[in-house]
Amino acid sequence: MARVLVYAEVADGTVDPAALEVLTRTRELGDADAVALGPGATGAADVLRRYGAARVFASEDAVFSDCVAQPAVLALEGLVREHGFDVVAFTTGYDSRDIAGRLSGRLGATLMSNVVALPSLDVARAAVFGGSRFVDVKLEGAPRIVLVRPKSFEARECGGRAEVVTVAADAPGDLVTARRVERHEEAASGPKLEDAPVVVSGGRGLGEAANFELLEQLADALGDAAVGATRAVVDAGWVPYSKQIGQTGTTIKPTVYLAFGISGATQHVVGMKGAKRIVAVNRDEDAPIFGLADLGVVGDALEILPRLIEEVRARKG
Amino acid sequence: MNIVVCVKHIPDPNLPGEMRDGRLVREGVQGTLDPGDEFGVEAALQLEEAHGGEVTLVSMGPPAALEAVRKGLSMGADRAVIVSDDALAGADALVTARVLAAAIRRAPFDLVIAGVESTDGYTGTMPSTLAELLGVPQATFARRLEVEGAGLRVERQTAEGYQVIACPLPALVTVTAGVNEPRYPSFKGIMAAKKKPLESLTLSDLGLSPDETAARQRVVEVVDAEERKAGEVIRDDGSAAARIADFLVEAKVI
Ligand SMILES: Cc1cc2nc3c(=O)[nH]c(=O)nc-3n(C[C@H](O)[C@H](O)[C@H](O)COP(=O)(O)OP(=O)(O)OC[C@H]3O[C@@H](n4cnc5c(N)ncnc54)[C@H](O)[C@@H]3O)c2cc1C
Ligand SMILES: Nc1ncnc2c1ncn2[C@@H]1O[C@H](COP(=O)(O)O)[C@@H](O)[C@H]1O
Repeated sequence: MARVLVYAEVADGTVDPAALEVLTRTRELGDADAVALGPGATGAADVLRRYGAARVFASEDAVFSDCVAQPAVLALEGLVREHGFDVVAFTTGYDSRDIAGRLSGRLGATLMSNVVALPSLDVARAAVFGGSRFVDVKLEGAPRIVLVRPKSFEARECGGRAEVVTVAADAPGDLVTARRVERHEEAASGPKLEDAPVVVSGGRGLGEAANFELLEQLADALGDAAVGATRAVVDAGWVPYSKQIGQTGTTIKPTVYLAFGISGATQHVVGMKGAKRIVAVNRDEDAPIFGLADLGVVGDALEILPRLIEEVRARKG
Repeated sequence: MNIVVCVKHIPDPNLPGEMRDGRLVREGVQGTLDPGDEFGVEAALQLEEAHGGEVTLVSMGPPAALEAVRKGLSMGADRAVIVSDDALAGADALVTARVLAAAIRRAPFDLVIAGVESTDGYTGTMPSTLAELLGVPQATFARRLEVEGAGLRVERQTAEGYQVIACPLPALVTVTAGVNEPRYPSFKGIMAAKKKPLESLTLSDLGLSPDETAARQRVVEVVDAEERKAGEVIRDDGSAAARIADFLVEAKVI
């Protein structure tokens, strides 16, 4: 059996749900172990074993969260050399990208990013051209590194009883020089973008930052809904990056996605075209977003939004 | 401060991409400097203006990569190195990093800047691989960077805000689109660019073996993604909001 090591990011004691998806898929293809590094890792190990990790390598050492990538890369190199993994699988989270990239250089291992399916443990399917096409890429050598996009697989528990193996944290001084010295992070309120059944999303067509308030009101009226955005408005500083949907942001698969003043650029579409239904409001009848909307409305988002909020409130009674 | 900026030449992102033999066709395609790399060039120029030194552009790509590099020189970079070799068609991210590392190592540097991800390939990991090969620490996803003491202070964009990373030099940084507003090349800049030192290298100049530069991955199949079909499109005559609300009821989210 081929052997896989799944790297699971842990933040505030919570395992990256995408890592559980990857674990679920890779354990169908081979023997899958998992590794979690930094504060919260032992708690994470409990979750990882429920999702089928045969063994969980873990360390609570703060060096892994305080320092950028390098101590984790050293630890992973040690695990690969000791246990001979064929595949090391990551998600596309920021820390995962840092670590996976360095590990590729350190081990001379080929790497495939933006993977959306794993037909086998040496073929990775990735989206290219902003998601309009897929390529199946055969990877050679061992280990092979893959970075899998969130929502590519469904996570399923299987009630394993993996042993937890403590990983040594012994990075030398020259690997702990890049340090996180401040954190300015705040978990958003309301349902998470990637979990919300309805996402109301806005683009540059909303005109100015203040108009995002209309989306917040619509989401409030709907109840179980989150607000999303395009990169154009994130770059403009209207909304925080956490709301960005698309190639460089979050991938979502809600029941309904509502797009207001969004053109429908491929890099945006790749993050939301998994929605069950899509509604788009755009002033320009030629906007590409209409090519994939189940209901398209040619009109002014700023006129329609206040009326829609009223309609939703009325129907909710 | 000697700064190296990695700049990639990409097929014009406004043209539909073409594939041949499982590879993105890069030859003979109208190309441009990856817009994401303009932020890197701008960041380097601002540091040079504040702290002195030199800005060197490094690019691996087809001979046409010259156009991309010219744009960076026109913006104000001092010199450029292009690595071009037929053997590099189909290079994977690891090979790209090896080639760029070999080119960068030829001269002392304090800082390497790259984009967070390229517009055409968007692997998003090449710079980290490069940092590892160069043996320097990294701070990625920078939305702000400044020199502080003998090192760098980088605001790193995260999903829920940002972190501040402190890191000594030499180092590698990747920059997001939020980091600055890239300047347009001036006429003077465009003229001056033609006289700036530009070195063209092949793999043998870099002393890399065929084994080190052989891609360990290849495309075995290209599949078209399932396209969503357009549905009903209506024109708002004042009733669109009610129609959307009906749609939401049908979808059972109200
Ligand atoms: C490497 C790379 C990665 C990227 N990653 C992402 C990503 O992750 N996510 C992402 O979103 N983008 C991403 N982009 C950017 C993407 O290419 C587009 O630039 C972006 O999605 C456009 O955002 P937008 O639709 O808000 O703006 P625009 O394209 O400017 O569209 C605005 C739309 O609003 C309409 N409009 C104007 N006024 C009104 C009105 N009053 N009412 C209704 N409609 C109106 C206009 O007709 C237009 O269609 C990426 C780009 C690159 C190069
Ligand atoms: N062939 C290349 N030549 C120069 N720089 C590159 C090349 N490929 C990638 N880069 C740099 O690495 C960044 C990230 O690229 P990627 O990992 O391909 O998404 C780009 O924004 C460039 O700065």
